Amino acid sequence: MSPWLEKQFHLIDFTLASLARRKTRNLGLLVVYTLLVFVLASLTLYSNALRSEAKHVLAGSPEVILQRMVAGRHDLIPPGYLDKIGRIRGVQKKEGRLWGYYYDPVLNANYTFMARPASEVADGMIMVGEALARERGLAKNNTISFRSYSGKLFTFEVAAVLSPDSELLSADLVLLSEDDFRRFFEYPDGHYTDIALSVANPQEVRNVAAKLTAALPDSRPILREEVQRTYQSVFDWREGILLTVLAGAILAFAILAWEKASGLSAEEKREIGILKAIGWETGDVIRMKVWEGLLISLTAFLGGFLAAYVHVFHFGAAVFAPVLKGWSVLYPKFALVPAVDGLQVATLFFFTVFPYTAAILVPIWRAAITDPDAVMR
Amino acid sequence: MLFQPAIIALLLAAGLAVLMLLLATPFALQVIRRWDMASGSELQLILERRTYLFSTLVSFVLVVQLGALLLFVFNADRLAAMFVGAMCAVGTLNVNEWGFPALIAQMLVFFLAAAWLAINHVDTQARDYPLVRIKYGLLIVLLPFLAASFWLQFRYFSGLKANVITSCCGSMFSTEAESIAGDLSALPPLPAIWLFYSAMAVTTLLALWHWRRRGAVSGGLLALLSAAGFVVAMTGVLSFVSLYIYEHPHHHCPFCILKPEYDYRGYALYLPLFAATAAGLGAGAIQPFARVASLRAIVPRVSARLAALTAAGFLLFTVVATGFVLASNLILIEH
Repeated sequence: MSPWLEKQFHLIDFTLASLARRKTRNLGLLVVYTLLVFVLASLTLYSNALRSEAKHVLAGSPEVILQRMVAGRHDLIPPGYLDKIGRIRGVQKKEGRLWGYYYDPVLNANYTFMARPASEVADGMIMVGEALARERGLAKNNTISFRSYSGKLFTFEVAAVLSPDSELLSADLVLLSEDDFRRFFEYPDGHYTDIALSVANPQEVRNVAAKLTAALPDSRPILREEVQRTYQSVFDWREGILLTVLAGAILAFAILAWEKASGLSAEEKREIGILKAIGWETGDVIRMKVWEGLLISLTAFLGGFLAAYVHVFHFGAAVFAPVLKGWSVLYPKFALVPAVDGLQVATLFFFTVFPYTAAILVPIWRAAITDPDAVMR
Repeated sequence: MLFQPAIIALLLAAGLAVLMLLLATPFALQVIRRWDMASGSELQLILERRTYLFSTLVSFVLVVQLGALLLFVFNADRLAAMFVGAMCAVGTLNVNEWGFPALIAQMLVFFLAAAWLAINHVDTQARDYPLVRIKYGLLIVLLPFLAASFWLQFRYFSGLKANVITSCCGSMFSTEAESIAGDLSALPPLPAIWLFYSAMAVTTLLALWHWRRRGAVSGGLLALLSAAGFVVAMTGVLSFVSLYIYEHPHHHCPFCILKPEYDYRGYALYLPLFAATAAGLGAGAIQPFARVASLRAIVPRVSARLAALTAAGFLLFTVVATGFVLASNLILIEH
């Protein structure tokens, strides 16, 4: 083994022994440090998981959604509008969609009604999302009545409850046939809510959107990538806000670390004095203290991060969920897919280890320059 | 736009680095004027004690700067999703005119910091602090670079606006682009491969030579060749390695290889390359002090170790790049 490596091993050995000699003192710092890492790591892990969930969910949505605007408000797509688009190169499929919101006074919640082709949902049947079924106590073959906006009562039979895997998208969803949809909402014939277009090449999406606005000046194309970007900035922003709020905690921790490192007990001072008297150099003492800081840092980081991982992915981040995910009456239940991102870990490491190390450097130096005779006398 | 954890971290690191160096400057001036190893005066004692503090502080700050480069690139790559037209870090860095200057400044700080750390390491090994004046003088030289890096990063991050349509790597690193990047990308593959492998071979061999022989001349030469090797290595990545990784004959981008779609292969290339170049520059930076009496034994030893690191880094880089080329399905040169 190289002498340098051997020296470091001995230093670590000595440091561990001296840490163990002052258990309670160091344990206190370690607990606070671990807690800080835990809070920050929960935050970043959770917002990262939400971000990747949003990305995952949006991956299946159409590339372009076209809405018609009247006086700046979203309006129905009139008959013949679809044909006016004509053939745009790069567009694989275009279809008119029918959907709307229905306010249910029983739950005080809004449902999303969406029409599907008759091949999927027969007339008089509906498929409902998992959260809705849970709240209204619905199961397959049950019947349910909705009073439409015109006052008429419609009764549907539940053909199926949608798979809980899709709950993030389908929590409040009711799928029904096109005829039922038009009758229920008294939707004018030939009209649609909006148009979905799928574009195969992601680099063509902007050109397609430009052609759409040229062909139909009263329309507004909404691109999937824009929606994705919006989600990403929303979660980034929420994370940044929480981080700023927690900056106080990081600062408080740095002050605690400074205090702990500078408040050397007489015994510790004597120890350093003895070490220097038996031939340790100032540099060696600094090195030992740096090892001490590193060992505490890494232990706290590892412990805090693991605890945060368990907290977020096994207990659903009970502490932060309300701030980060928002709320709704029919809130989907969803398990987050464990996702650890290198950038997040690096940033987190920086936010915890950097302030700690910066805070202990000056106290370490103060301790290291003590004269042996001054403390041993 | 500034509310990104990684951006806050980067600005914090750069800001603190400037602040710490500013705090160290009066002390550095005092050391340069009043340092006298022979004197036993109280001032000299205080100075000697304080050098420990400032050496540790500055080393800490500079080590953080080494990591900050990685974080900067990582972050730029990740932010690409936020900008229209950006597919990778190039798009993000192109959002405003400060992006690429900020990256280059951060790279410069990285290499300068590595050189300073090498000099500092040599100095702490010796009994009589022979380089203390030079070290602190260099610190003052380093300050404007760090300040410029901080300022550029601040301008860049504060100017990030999501509504800017940026250009993607496809246009910047295309063979038609009239820029240095375009010219390097346009290099035909066969000469590029020859240039790449001969430069890597020469640099590695020289590093090995210096590792065995430890001469001052070969040390200085190693620094020059490491810098040149770095440039050639980047040219190689631009002109042919990236093509093989993307399996596409016209995509030259040196940043897309950092993306998860390509298994983060860029990091496997750049980490050894940057480490090797930094070590080579460090070996060169300490050569001028090989004649100082107390460093006569130390400088050759340290520079041999750095040379070994340089050789290992360049070798690893070449092996990894060759592996990517061989594993690729792209046929760029028909035989």
